[in-house]
Amino acid sequence: MSDVKNQELNSFVAWVDKRFPLLSTWQQHLSEYMAPKNFNFWYYFGSFAMLVLVIQLVSGVWLTMSYKPGSAIAFDSIQYIMRDVEWGWMIRYMHSTGASFFFLVVYLHMLRGLMYGSYRAPRELLWILGCTIYLVMMAEAFMGYLLPWGQMSFWGAQVIISLFSAVPLVGEELAVWIRGDFVISDATLNRFFALHVVALPLALVALVYVHIVALHKVGSNNPDGIEIKENKDADGKPVDGIPFHPYYTVKDLMGATAFLIVFCAVMFFAPEMFGYFLEKPNFEPANPLKTPEHIAPVWYFTPYYAMLRAVPDKLLGAIIMFAAILIFYFLPWLNRSKNKSIRYMGWMSKLSLAVFIITFIILGWLGTQPASGGYVLAAQIFTAIYFLYFLLMPWYSKWDKAKELPTRLT
Amino acid sequence: MSKNPSPGRRKFLTASASVVGGLGVATAIAPFLSAWQPSKKALAAGSSVSVDVSKMQEGQLITVEWRSRPIWILRRNQEQLSTLSKVVELISDPNSDDSKQPSDAKNDYRSINPEFLVLEGICTHLGCVPLYRPNKDVELGADWEGGFFCPCHGSKFDLAGRVYKSVPAPTNLPIPPYKFVGENKILIGESKEA
Repeated sequence: MSDVKNQELNSFVAWVDKRFPLLSTWQQHLSEYMAPKNFNFWYYFGSFAMLVLVIQLVSGVWLTMSYKPGSAIAFDSIQYIMRDVEWGWMIRYMHSTGASFFFLVVYLHMLRGLMYGSYRAPRELLWILGCTIYLVMMAEAFMGYLLPWGQMSFWGAQVIISLFSAVPLVGEELAVWIRGDFVISDATLNRFFALHVVALPLALVALVYVHIVALHKVGSNNPDGIEIKENKDADGKPVDGIPFHPYYTVKDLMGATAFLIVFCAVMFFAPEMFGYFLEKPNFEPANPLKTPEHIAPVWYFTPYYAMLRAVPDKLLGAIIMFAAILIFYFLPWLNRSKNKSIRYMGWMSKLSLAVFIITFIILGWLGTQPASGGYVLAAQIFTAIYFLYFLLMPWYSKWDKAKELPTRLT
Repeated sequence: MSKNPSPGRRKFLTASASVVGGLGVATAIAPFLSAWQPSKKALAAGSSVSVDVSKMQEGQLITVEWRSRPIWILRRNQEQLSTLSKVVELISDPNSDDSKQPSDAKNDYRSINPEFLVLEGICTHLGCVPLYRPNKDVELGADWEGGFFCPCHGSKFDLAGRVYKSVPAPTNLPIPPYKFVGENKILIGESKEA
């Protein structure tokens, strides 16, 4: 009986496979895609990021069903979602919590890349695509934050769009062009809605697809930073590789379960995260005639916000802020060390990475504090350290004493 | 099929077709970029506001909205004008060199006609709306001659919107472009210089 069923299934798959590369895609990217056997905890975050992307897409589509763009109705429609729509509160908290978790897992995913040298040749393009995903994500998050049309939505957008007015000669016109008005207005809200809901998600999904295509072309890096393709058995399979499915699909599923437990705990019990995920001034409708006393972005932008405020000059501050993000693109050419992974580097690389991580966290905290006296001075010092991590890398990575690489994965 | 497939001709045709096609694409982008400009409606709302000031009392402050911002018009009397020279020592930018105003209002009174002061009522620190405090007030210091006080972070401005020293606001209150059309009518949004 079951044999007959199997045969039917097989012949159906064969029929499809003649018309669509079903089996070969499955084999190439899952059942016969060889991944290094030593993936550790840090290798969860790529799959978590995809999981959060799906959560954001689904909850976002559902929010769009009840949300109304428009400066007169947007704020009220959020209240409507929170109070009147069945399960609306949960879908909205899922989306707002998802935004913060998206950045959390992407930051950890990027840190993994920094630690194990996943951006080094031949993975430069993979890294560049990843940086672009990060950039699009930031634009997506920034525009999404305007949609609730609360006080922080309005004034946050006001501050960031005003940055463009610092551009010499055409600045003021540029800012008006972005806003579609002389102030943040209905026109701005509607275009941000269109970009947040249609244009940027499309770009994100396309970029994630290309990111994975590039990954499967060059193969995954691993905590040892050794290419598994250089050590193959008689069948041409990497000795230290295991098929992605079932080994890593099961591992990622296990990880996803743990991740969702944490995610749900935050979503149900602390969706505002004490003002870090949802800021209190945003529970007040946008008022163009009154600024909140203290403007701070959501936590995932605060390191860059701290750098922006650290510079007393408006234009220079904007340049520093954008440079801090774009400098990630150049990493593949800044690192000159012999080995890829931090495991086989000397103290200089280890120390500088540790200092960089601490710097990023401190800048993030400074970005939530008022811009006065000591905080500004501290932000200036840590901004300098942030850039030195990148700018001095060609030297310290070269001078640093490389350790002996093992011949096989450990 | 031609027996003599001249590659030079083919190259030229490919190149010229690419150029023409590229121009077509570039032209097609233009409307999409222009669609981001302020609409006619936004331009109309943001153009200019005409205010009749003939009925204003001396010392009276009125607020009108222009480009969603509060714009103040203050009719200053002689006494109020005379305070401006008294506080000059306390002012951080008395000549308005670092501040925003149309050129014909860049003078000691910060106005085209000294009697009428036109200001954007937005604190240059963090954008709060300051309060009009025309009278002597010990709370604001013994040397307070009247002016504007921002309740958010304590910035002080005199009766020409000039910022006091050692307060958080960096520059004087900005003056929007405006001009007089007739003796008692102010048009906010357009200035003579433009």
